[in-house]
Amino acid sequence: MDRNRTHRNRRRVLAWMHFFGLFIVMAIICIPGLWIVLNSFRPTVEIMAKPPVWVPSFTLDHYRAMFGGAGEGGVPVFHYFRNSLVVSVTSTVIAILIGMSGGYAFARYKFRFKGGIFVGLMLFRAVPGVALSLPLFIVFARVGIIDTHFGLILVYVAMNVPFTVWLTDGFFRQIPGELHEAAEIDGCTRWQAFWKVEFPVARSGVASAAIFAFLTSWNEFALASQLTRSTGSKTMPVGLLDFTAEFTINWGGMCALAVLMILPALILTFIVQKHLIAGLTFGGVKG
Amino acid sequence: MTEVSLRNVIKRYGTQQAVHGIDLEIENGEFVVLVGPSGCGKSTTLRMIAGLEAISDGEVSIGGRVVNDLPPRERNISMVFQNYALYPHMTVRENLGFSLTIAKRPEDEIVRAVDEAAGILGLDELMDRKPAALSGGQRQRVAMGRAIVRHPDVFLFDEPLSNLDAKLRSQMRVEIKKLHQKVDSTIIYVTHDQVEAMTLADRIVLMRDGRIEQVGTPLQLFEQPVNIFVAGFIGSPPMNQLAGTVEGDAISLGEVYVPIPSSVRGQLSNGQKVIFGFRADNLTPVGHGLREKGETTQLDLRVHLTEPLGTETLLFATLAGAEIQGKMLNPRPVAPGEDLTFNLMLDRCHVFDAATGNAIGRT
Repeated sequence: MDRNRTHRNRRRVLAWMHFFGLFIVMAIICIPGLWIVLNSFRPTVEIMAKPPVWVPSFTLDHYRAMFGGAGEGGVPVFHYFRNSLVVSVTSTVIAILIGMSGGYAFARYKFRFKGGIFVGLMLFRAVPGVALSLPLFIVFARVGIIDTHFGLILVYVAMNVPFTVWLTDGFFRQIPGELHEAAEIDGCTRWQAFWKVEFPVARSGVASAAIFAFLTSWNEFALASQLTRSTGSKTMPVGLLDFTAEFTINWGGMCALAVLMILPALILTFIVQKHLIAGLTFGGVKG
Repeated sequence: MTEVSLRNVIKRYGTQQAVHGIDLEIENGEFVVLVGPSGCGKSTTLRMIAGLEAISDGEVSIGGRVVNDLPPRERNISMVFQNYALYPHMTVRENLGFSLTIAKRPEDEIVRAVDEAAGILGLDELMDRKPAALSGGQRQRVAMGRAIVRHPDVFLFDEPLSNLDAKLRSQMRVEIKKLHQKVDSTIIYVTHDQVEAMTLADRIVLMRDGRIEQVGTPLQLFEQPVNIFVAGFIGSPPMNQLAGTVEGDAISLGEVYVPIPSSVRGQLSNGQKVIFGFRADNLTPVGHGLREKGETTQLDLRVHLTEPLGTETLLFATLAGAEIQGKMLNPRPVAPGEDLTFNLMLDRCHVFDAATGNAIGRT
């Protein structure tokens, strides 16, 4: 009896410690985000207050100002949003199409220099994007695609393709080759076998690759800040800079725009999340 | 009319040759089993018939039509894979109907064909499940159902039972045999299990190292193996094989002499090195075998191990330094260490040339 009780107590203590540990980790991850959201609803005085004010007095001033006219601290939010959306969605779709084809080829076919090309793609990921900003700037300026959606999309596709290849290669590799063979015997062409069987089975992998590619493009700042400069092409992260003036930084406005930036990414991730849960599909072959 | 014929079919991988010129004629409605140890080229041969593997040389024709350059979908074949290869994102119903959907058949026809196949294989309860929710045997049945739905000219089976446990395997063996009787199509079946080959086949094609060793009915391969490899591969327990030398009208197996069986008498020369082979069924304690008539000789052996199998018992003994197996029906238990007199049925024995491994007197 006694031993049972001590055992039970110990388990309870362990459970609490587990819970507490998780709480600390989650707090470290979440508090900065939460602080951004809180700050966007606070008057500037409270943002700058030391010690920090935990219970905010609620105000929508920053949002009102942001959507307001140029003279009252407003920024062209809708333009930035549209630019971000166009650039991210287009570059993601293109990167997924190219990357998925590449990943499939690496997973299914044998060709010369396969290993070398694969390593090369991965090495390309090792180059810091910022290091490329100056060469890109010069080349783009010469070619005349600086400050355009097209230029930015091109850069993001190049950034995302290697990662997509690597990710989808892994997913296609998990699908046994017999599946497309069975489909071909059932009357499919090689192309149909891919779209009707292998693609649906690997769609969780493709979905996660798409999320990664989208978030990379959506959040990218370093290159976008170099390659875009006008309202017609600036993305939201670059737009944040509009709130910095020579001597002051409008923290409230910045936080308000950051919230608008986080929301779509958050929503999209929630939508696609269900596809990210892999495993649901694996079982057609003996597991 | 869907006979399948292979003429000098060769498969090369780079410089490596995996299949060395297979010639085989398979008749309409025949159940042919390709059997052999792993790496013998049986699966490769099947995949060349299916069109999943390019044919390096030679000719494959199905129903009189050369199919060398046709993709799998134009060969009107079905295939059941070792790992079933069910489409994991589709329900059983969709899996079964997939080939007809691809062929753009009318909806009511698909439903009818799928229901018919489901009825044959007892899948009616499972139609709305995904493959992940099925047991191994059920998946196997779905894979077979998918194959029969489209009424192909030829069924190809690639080791379909090797992922199942022993009990399920023998059940499915019966179902495959029943299926063949129902659909009456040509079936080509690959396995490494000689029991499957023996029980299922109309004709067995025994392969080794990319070549055909022997083609024949199961009984032909069992009773008249053309060489030592066939003799050792077919039959369980494997045939007893003893090295010997021809001395006069007897074969010397070390200290023991057995008379030369009449079937090969006159075809052996004095001093010739031979392998003397006989099956356990043909070595029985005197008075305890199924068949004791015919040409026999008697051997005194000490039994050192027994393996009761129910209706019969395997007896292990040592003859001329090699372990051999005999068999008896079950009149009484035999204790290890017991000395017994055995009848060896000479007319059922096999003599192989030791140098070539080929059977003597059976060409």
